Amino acid sequence: MSAGTYTPRPGAAPLPRMIAAQTALETRMLLRNGEQLLLTVIIPALLLVLFSTVDVVDTGAGDPVDFLTPGVLALAVMSTAFTGQAIATGFERRYGVLKRLGASPLPRWALMTAKTLSVLVTEVLQIVLLTGIAFALGWSPEGNPFAVLLLLVLGTAAFSGLGLLMAGTLKAEATLAAANLVFLLLLVGGGVIVPLDEFPDALRSVLGLLPVSALSEGLRDVLQHGSPTPWSEAGVLALWAGLGLGAAARFFRWE
Amino acid sequence: MIKPLLAPLPAARDPRPAPRTAGPRLPAMNSEPVVQITGLVKRYGAKTAVNGLDLDVRAGAVTAVLGPNGAGKTTTVETCEGYRKPDAGTVRVLGLDPVADAAALRPRVGVMLQSGGVYSGARADEMLRHMARLYAHPLDVDALTERLGLGSCGRTTYRRLSGGQQQRLALAMAVVGRPELVFLDEPTAGLDPQARRATWELVRELRADGVSTVLTTHSMDEAEELADDVAVIDAGRVIAQGSPEALCRGGAENTLRFTGRPGLDLASLLKALPDGTAAAETPAGTYRITGEVDPQLLATVTSWCAQHGVMPSGISVERHTLEDVFLELTGKELRA
Repeated sequence: MSAGTYTPRPGAAPLPRMIAAQTALETRMLLRNGEQLLLTVIIPALLLVLFSTVDVVDTGAGDPVDFLTPGVLALAVMSTAFTGQAIATGFERRYGVLKRLGASPLPRWALMTAKTLSVLVTEVLQIVLLTGIAFALGWSPEGNPFAVLLLLVLGTAAFSGLGLLMAGTLKAEATLAAANLVFLLLLVGGGVIVPLDEFPDALRSVLGLLPVSALSEGLRDVLQHGSPTPWSEAGVLALWAGLGLGAAARFFRWE
Repeated sequence: MIKPLLAPLPAARDPRPAPRTAGPRLPAMNSEPVVQITGLVKRYGAKTAVNGLDLDVRAGAVTAVLGPNGAGKTTTVETCEGYRKPDAGTVRVLGLDPVADAAALRPRVGVMLQSGGVYSGARADEMLRHMARLYAHPLDVDALTERLGLGSCGRTTYRRLSGGQQQRLALAMAVVGRPELVFLDEPTAGLDPQARRATWELVRELRADGVSTVLTTHSMDEAEELADDVAVIDAGRVIAQGSPEALCRGGAENTLRFTGRPGLDLASLLKALPDGTAAAETPAGTYRITGEVDPQLLATVTSWCAQHGVMPSGISVERHTLEDVFLELTGKELRA
């Protein structure tokens, strides 16, 4: 490189360009990670195919795929916004990625915006894939698409808050273990593939307050039963979102 | 052990020796320093990492912050980078407050962390290209990749790069945005000699193009090789400061050795030499003169030999290296 190559010429790129670049990178990192893909794509798709075609759980009256698809969509949202984001961010914190980006012209809020956008991009890909499979299995959705969108957005906000809270406060290994454990527990106890009706009443009312139950039950009300917007489930999700994002903003440590 | 004669080094005000690399002349001392640290104190719980540190960094210069492990080098640099808030004292970088004015400073300051800072699943060129996109006028990524020998990394992800490749990537990330000032935290730690040379070469090119560089190191030869100014830090304070040459001159004694016939009259020799010079014969026939060894002293010794019919052989002059100075200043015992 010739003389004058390094002559200072400082300056930040325009914000939209920085956010677009950061979103693209975050999304590529997410899709490149094999373990993440297992969680975000393969497990939800397998559950959908397996339980729709093999009669293992009692999914109540109607076509099993109509019961399962809303639950699997809720699971997909959880796997990306909560589990995947928590693990990835936890390790970025551990390896100094967040610290290093903190010294770049990209503002913190723009980094978080990019993370959110990359979660949304991934969710769109998941939803396209999973609903494609569901249609192939004979899924016939009902209801108002805007109610579905509202629930998905609130669910994403709730899970992101909780995932970032975990990533920003625990050690990376602890986040990895806890995020996977929570994923597994909520998969079983969150009304995703096992209807909440199967649990005892006392337990059921507690489980119903979990974000994944609120999301899967809410989506089921709309998509399976064609109900109007389920405000109580939306309210539960909004509450989780407020608590999670608030706590994450308060307690998140960048290093 | 700090030798008192070294404490207030006049060396810092000495005129600079001729620059050893082609480049613009450095601005005079009275121009605004790019980093001004006054009375910096930083504690972590009960431990005081930095304890009343003062340091000015000249524009356009390479400044080495030299010190043993745990001396407070990284804490000092990370305070300048805006990662830590001082518990006391002030830090100004390019005239701005690193915490309050962080947004204004970030595009102007390049940072190389001691380790990490890259997505473990990212490829070297991918990460560098990404960093470049965050700046308005970045360097050419392909040329920089080639320059630092990272072109061969291909599709290898960061976690599988060698330690040296990871270091060079971090260095590239620090300079890609064309900053005015770069902070390099132990840029050559763990590098093989070739990679170390490549890094030194890049620092020299930065200097030639007018970039100010602050680097931390515990390698004496690195400071000696690269730096215009050296600040020796120990226990959270600057204990000596100046150009490497001035530091080596300041107070440290040099030694002249020669061999000759045994049993020379050293008292007579010493009479011819300036005060403060010492002479010893160990073993017989091997002579050591210690003191301010300059050409005049050498001439005096050889003419004394001529007068006494002595043919001195194996004359050697040992100049003190920065390492001697460093060990003298910071003590030879190992730190916990």
